[in-house]
Amino acid sequence: MEMSSPTTTEATQTVRTDNVCRYYPMGGDLIRAVDGISLTIERGEFVALLGQSGSGKSTLLNLMAGLDRPSSGSVLVQGRDLAKMSSEELARYRRNDVGMVFQAFHLIPSMTITENVELPMRFAEVERAERAQRVRESLERVGLGHRLEHRPSELSGGEQQRVSLARALANRPLLLLADEPTGNLDSRTGEDILNLIRDLSLSLGMTVVMVTHERALAERFAQRLIFLGDGKLVSQEVVA
Amino acid sequence: MKGYDLFELAVRNLRQSKLRNGLTTVGISVGVASLVAMLSLGVGLQQLATRRLAGSGMFDTVFVTSKQDFRGFDREDDQKTEHPEKAPVLDQPARDNMAHLQYVTEVEPEVRVMGEVVYNGQTHFGFVTGLPMSARENEAFDNLQGKFFSGSAADELILLNEFAKELDPSDPKQLIGQEVTLRYGERQALPAESTDRPLLSGAQSNADSTSGDDFGFSVVRKTQALKVVGIIQEEPYGGMRTVSRGRIFLPVDLTEKLNMAQFTDMRSSLRGAGGKTYMTLTVRVKDPGKVAEVQDAINKMGFRTFSVLDATKSLRRFFTVLDLFLGIFGSLALAVATLAIINTLVMAVLERRREIGVMKAIGASDSDVKKLFFAEASAMGFFGGLLGIALGFAIGKAINWGTGIYLHRHQLPAEAVWILPTWLIGAAIAFSIVVSLLAGLYPASRAARLDPVQTLKYE
Repeated sequence: MEMSSPTTTEATQTVRTDNVCRYYPMGGDLIRAVDGISLTIERGEFVALLGQSGSGKSTLLNLMAGLDRPSSGSVLVQGRDLAKMSSEELARYRRNDVGMVFQAFHLIPSMTITENVELPMRFAEVERAERAQRVRESLERVGLGHRLEHRPSELSGGEQQRVSLARALANRPLLLLADEPTGNLDSRTGEDILNLIRDLSLSLGMTVVMVTHERALAERFAQRLIFLGDGKLVSQEVVA
Repeated sequence: MKGYDLFELAVRNLRQSKLRNGLTTVGISVGVASLVAMLSLGVGLQQLATRRLAGSGMFDTVFVTSKQDFRGFDREDDQKTEHPEKAPVLDQPARDNMAHLQYVTEVEPEVRVMGEVVYNGQTHFGFVTGLPMSARENEAFDNLQGKFFSGSAADELILLNEFAKELDPSDPKQLIGQEVTLRYGERQALPAESTDRPLLSGAQSNADSTSGDDFGFSVVRKTQALKVVGIIQEEPYGGMRTVSRGRIFLPVDLTEKLNMAQFTDMRSSLRGAGGKTYMTLTVRVKDPGKVAEVQDAINKMGFRTFSVLDATKSLRRFFTVLDLFLGIFGSLALAVATLAIINTLVMAVLERRREIGVMKAIGASDSDVKKLFFAEASAMGFFGGLLGIALGFAIGKAINWGTGIYLHRHQLPAEAVWILPTWLIGAAIAFSIVVSLLAGLYPASRAARLDPVQTLKYE
């Protein structure tokens, strides 16, 4: 709250970055992965982050997810500055406010589909009875009602991404962060997933930030495209 | 994260690599087993030694005499006693007071008189001594043939085997249950003569009372029919006490009831203290460790005391050192097991880098990750501890079995040299969990420190 100024847009903003930077030392050099980016994302918006690999889009996403800390600047989510949170507070933020989807799905191979979706609720200390219900609910939302006791390796890529989406929804986040969610899928399946993400965003009023390098897909599903290059914001386009 | 979730996740993670975690758990159990086996051996040996010492009946006893008597035996003691003539005498009230002291179980006089046993028309001479009921626990009665006295004043006697053989050389055993006649000297008090003048120096003011005064006594021959109830092979109390040196044993209260005349009664008569006094009282203490305390209390009452130096104390010191060494040897295996836990968990951290990153990304805090690894470590510790106790128990049984065979070959009764006390079971499990947690310290903090961004990079 401390960083927020009483502007009229404040209430409708989900994410705001102020001149955020993330530098890594690498073999004596300093890599400027994110180099002074300021942007705002409105509540319920579907935004795509585009750019070449190494442009800093994934790093920016990780900063928004609270998985990484900025070298300078701030990342405000609903007015709270992630840079000033303790690691325990960041964990709580990731647990309750953020859902994440990855290119490689990152499901836990030894756990069944149900267990994978249940896992974030274990960290959030949701009661057992409620968990079972929420697992079912999340899986229904992504269109998976069967093979719930199978392991991820027994599912197709598209199905795995649906499971990981269901896992991201389990704790009912206000922000969904997707890092190349279609990167490992064929184009048909990729489109299905993005359709699903858009529908969920609309029905749940959830803000979505997606990293991708496929401009065509981004144009079809996102409301706004943000182009990054060399860690800097290059341009923005609102899709009509 | 809630406790049961932590437990569930830990168990499922352990089951992921059954062989590796199983082997580590077995490693812990071997460590715990060696520790348990060693410490129980220490406990068993200590109990064996104290049991033997307590059985000798020497270390839980305080011998009490009056400072009026036996003067000149101990110069130092004499010098310390300023007015020995004013010192209290060992009479019935003093005996009752001692019986009421804390930790005291028995106060009995030492009775040893001459007697004759008439059997089959033959008389046989022997010393008769009085034994308290507690003598049953003495090791001389471990191999008692027949029974012990049925009561502290029962008309019964127990014979030393060599005396029984004298009575019936062909089959001494058949004496058990037979009735014999004991001939003894009864002490009959005499009334004071008119020439007897009140004692001038006597501290006791009641010395001048006439009736009941122990002015003098006659020794009169008496007979008493007694039943032989048992035969023992060796002298009680290892032959170390006055009452050990006899061949005919009676319940001590019976000897008092029969008013058997003792040599020492002359002292009582000279004193003219106005009633029967004892030369020596034997005070039995509940626990050898409390002897000093009781002795102190009796000294404060104004009596001279004597006890065999509490050997159990130095014994305890010896066993503490022995336990320490056994513990160190036992711990070596556990130390190796600790390294195995560290190794297993470090491997698990490396293997599950990605998984830990995912967990963090979906909301696990550093402390959740740390707790998860601790839970895995303590689960291995717990199961290793359980298994280790079972294994240690088996080893101990084997030790007992082996020593049993060895002792049997040497015609000795079996002894439990290995005893697993209940506290050790709990302590071993707790200890193996603590050790596992310590071993988990490094791997857990390493897991908690993992950077999720690094682990989740698409490779």
